[in-house]
Amino acid sequence: MAGEAIATGRKQTGSGINPAGIFQSASFQRAIGRGILYLIAVSSSAVFMFPFVWTVLSSLKRGGELFRFPPTWLPEVPQFQNYPKVFEIVSWATWTWNSTFVAIVSTFGAVLTAALVGYSFARFRYPARDVLFIITLSTMMLPVEVTLIPLYLMFAKIGWLDSYRPLIIPSFFGGSAFLIFLMRQFFMSIPIDLDEAARIDGANYLRIFWQILMPLSIPVTATAAVLTFMAQWNEFLQPFIFLNTKSKYTLAIGIRYFQAVAGFADDTEPKYHLLMAASVMMTAPIIVIFFLAQRYLVQGIVMSGIKG
Amino acid sequence: MTTKALAGARIPLPSWTRNLRAKEAIAGYIFLSPWLLGIILFIIGPMMTSGFLSFTRYDIVNPPEFVGLKNFIEIFTKDRLFWPSMMLTFRYALIVVPLSLIGALAAAMLLNQALLGTTWFRTFFFLPHLTPIVAAAVLWGWIFNADVGPINHWIRTITGSDNAPGWFRDPDWAMTGLIIMAMWGAIGGNTMLIFLAGLQGVPQELYDAAVVDGAGLWAKFRNVTLPMLTPTIFFNMVLGIIGALRVFAAAYVATQGGPAYSTWFYALHIYTRAFQYFEMGYASALAWIFFFVLFVFTYVQFRQSRRWVYYAGEVD
Repeated sequence: MAGEAIATGRKQTGSGINPAGIFQSASFQRAIGRGILYLIAVSSSAVFMFPFVWTVLSSLKRGGELFRFPPTWLPEVPQFQNYPKVFEIVSWATWTWNSTFVAIVSTFGAVLTAALVGYSFARFRYPARDVLFIITLSTMMLPVEVTLIPLYLMFAKIGWLDSYRPLIIPSFFGGSAFLIFLMRQFFMSIPIDLDEAARIDGANYLRIFWQILMPLSIPVTATAAVLTFMAQWNEFLQPFIFLNTKSKYTLAIGIRYFQAVAGFADDTEPKYHLLMAASVMMTAPIIVIFFLAQRYLVQGIVMSGIKG
Repeated sequence: MTTKALAGARIPLPSWTRNLRAKEAIAGYIFLSPWLLGIILFIIGPMMTSGFLSFTRYDIVNPPEFVGLKNFIEIFTKDRLFWPSMMLTFRYALIVVPLSLIGALAAAMLLNQALLGTTWFRTFFFLPHLTPIVAAAVLWGWIFNADVGPINHWIRTITGSDNAPGWFRDPDWAMTGLIIMAMWGAIGGNTMLIFLAGLQGVPQELYDAAVVDGAGLWAKFRNVTLPMLTPTIFFNMVLGIIGALRVFAAAYVATQGGPAYSTWFYALHIYTRAFQYFEMGYASALAWIFFFVLFVFTYVQFRQSRRWVYYAGEVD
């Protein structure tokens, strides 16, 4: 491993230059070096985690405690009832369901069709395939802004605005270039002999896809599904533009609505502590999924990046 | 590429196989068809439509009216927010992307030192990246609160004075706040994981050879690690810049483009013209200018990349 190499490199120079003296000894210098590395690792972890910790602590305070000066770390008495309260003052349960529904259905469509398209790019020979693949890759660099206005007009014309159709149905057309790329790369790593053996046994293309390739691709499919689900869960711009009715909001725009009204409370105290609780509740499922799927996820990200 | 190897490996076959070939091609197109349709319906069609709309005045209620180059002329000469928003969007991207790449590389190298608890450190670095942008904007809005936020409390404690930045309320500091927020999410993200895998993929022989040549830590980094990672750096830089130039949700939620238009990013400008003023023609022109600028910028990056990106598998 590279880390080992750097460490041993340091050891050699250390012992070569200063053979005597306990403080200049190689092992002492090495220990100091390690100590500094641990210090950096721990303190940067603290920096990265601080906003989470602060948010969770704020979410457990009473509303007025947030405005105390100087700010306090711990809530005086943890207010766990802040969390159920979010459900009372905004339609949090509905929004959570909406987000879940949109994310699950569009993930299903995106992964399924991206796998089919990836199969086509990986296993079939036909005119213009490589050109089409390059076009596919280049759409990754296309800013949605260019297509968003016509899409809005089109969805308005066919009466899809303020429904989930604009968020879900496009996913069933191959998902995204990134997913197609991911699936294709994986299929190409599976020996084609398997396909050929199945074909000799009389399997048709669809069957080869479904019974040979897909069972071997469970890890990459899981990766694709998790990445798509997260992206959909977090998506802001599209639901923001396509949805109007408050009860149809997804969490991303729901929380933004909540933020806009949190300062102007209808009762006596502002609701920032509840807003913090809402942020925690929106983020928590993503973090849980991350822990469940960590292995697949890291592999998938790495695979997509290195081969890109 | 493997596709070529696959195709090239086939020996020319007699004519009766043409049928099989045609069958294979038809099946290939059938499996491809969802995406082909998708590209036409959701990408090429809309792009052409917005290209057309950019030469019209269109408010949705009345049919589009052809106005020639009027939109573009107005954008370049009269739109007081066009140049500032373009400039500050680029400024944002050109700060966030290099800094987060450097940060990601540093974090990856730290995680590659075989420290105890590396898995935990990796998770801690990565979690911010998972936070939904809207949630991040909300929570950073609170952390950056000018009066009772922890950051300003520390700044006041350390400097001993009452002056602290107003962050999202202050035109001079709002951008810095957004940059810090973006870096928080980006440094430990996918880029770091990809770098980490890249570091682990650098062949040990190269380091051994460098040590034999008397290379120190810096020389090994400069001459072995860095060149081996250039493809990854390039890939992440191109996609990172495109992503950063499109910044919308973070700014919309945290600052609404303010104060005093100090975070009025280009995407916000397009959004406002399109979906608040319903100037669909004008906004389409803005979007096409954006697309063109992005295209040129990406093209230049690809051209430049030949000078500094090293592909290990390539023969020169």
